[in-house]
Amino acid sequence: MNLYDSKKKLAAAGILCGVVAAILAYFGNPANMAFCIACFVRDMAGALGMHQAEVVQYARPEIVGLVLGAFLISAVTKEYRSTAGSSPMIRFVLGMVIMIGSLVFLGCPLRMVIRMSAGDFNAWVALIGFILGVATGTFALKQGFSLGRSHDTGKKSGTVLPFLLVGVLVLAALGLLKASEAGPGSMHAPIILSLLGGLVFGALAQKSRMCFAGGIRDVILMKNFDLLTVIGGVFVVMLIFNIATGRFVPGFDTPGIIAHSNHLWNILGMYAVGFAAVLAGGCPLRQLILAGQGSSDAAVTVLGLFVGAALCHNLGLASSGTALNAETSEVVAGAATPAGKAAVIICIIVCFIIAFTNKRENVK
Amino acid sequence: MKEVDARGLSCPEPIMLTAEALKGADGPVKVLVSEPHQRTNVEKLAKDRGRKTATKEIDTGFEIIIE
Repeated sequence: MNLYDSKKKLAAAGILCGVVAAILAYFGNPANMAFCIACFVRDMAGALGMHQAEVVQYARPEIVGLVLGAFLISAVTKEYRSTAGSSPMIRFVLGMVIMIGSLVFLGCPLRMVIRMSAGDFNAWVALIGFILGVATGTFALKQGFSLGRSHDTGKKSGTVLPFLLVGVLVLAALGLLKASEAGPGSMHAPIILSLLGGLVFGALAQKSRMCFAGGIRDVILMKNFDLLTVIGGVFVVMLIFNIATGRFVPGFDTPGIIAHSNHLWNILGMYAVGFAAVLAGGCPLRQLILAGQGSSDAAVTVLGLFVGAALCHNLGLASSGTALNAETSEVVAGAATPAGKAAVIICIIVCFIIAFTNKRENVK
Repeated sequence: MKEVDARGLSCPEPIMLTAEALKGADGPVKVLVSEPHQRTNVEKLAKDRGRKTATKEIDTGFEIIIE
């Protein structure tokens, strides 16, 4: 049984995932972050002490649930396959690029869609960059870009990341990891609900092949709208949820939603994310799902996301969000940092080098 | 018979290679892929092009013959 052989099933999967995200937002996840992969990996890196930004430290059970959900459903449906060997270190670097671009924009492609559904015009601006990035990656694919073949490995290799993440969750539940007392890291749905939400989302994403970069890539490459249908489902549900609960605030400088209006850097940040995601074969969500169904290559990309997140906060690459000064009631505009801008430029150059030096002919 | 060995390649390479092979071939094309979703994608592509497929499971994934 799969969910990707008809548009109706794909839309249904998207709608269900949207419902999960809406429920988690309702029960305490940060406003229109709901289910952001980049934000949650960053929070997890913080919980593990990989960075010291005190407001974004929390071992998000959603991430554990996603990987575990994909792992369990793929094991049950015999789609689990332990593989590795398709340029893992290049994928590690692509993971870092995806995270750095995401944290300059302030969100992964999934959060971009969630922010779009909440009326944040900055996310619509960033979408331009994301589409251009995906288009550039697609152009490289047409020119023969490839990271080479993966091969079957010992069955246990693919189970390492799911087990590691369960270990992190156990440590967190025992109170042994860092947890924010203020800021976005302190806002979360109850642990069990988050874990369940992650499991359901992960299983649905595995069955539907949901991918935010793939959705746009397939339209550009083959005029195929299948994967875009899933994302449409998520968008529609979140839009209804935001309007119904008064969270739909159209505008650019909305305080409190953790976003900024440096348009150029929103565009370039998401350009890097779209570009790198196509080269890596999927957006951050898809990498977690592929890692769950046994790909050690995707697991290495996920490790890249963690290291990228640590760098972002240790070196001040992450942008600040527009906020309200509680004392003066003034709106303080968020912004990309000088270091973040430099990092995004480096990331884009790295993507171009990777895209045009790895050709299919060379990897027989 | 024309053969496309797309085993172990990341998406969307299997589908791109298959599309390329179908372009230049009137006869049957054999496609090898590793993952179930790639198998579905290849079968769908063939169907869209009005071609019939026969698929069997092999040790390393799936073998799809596009008639």
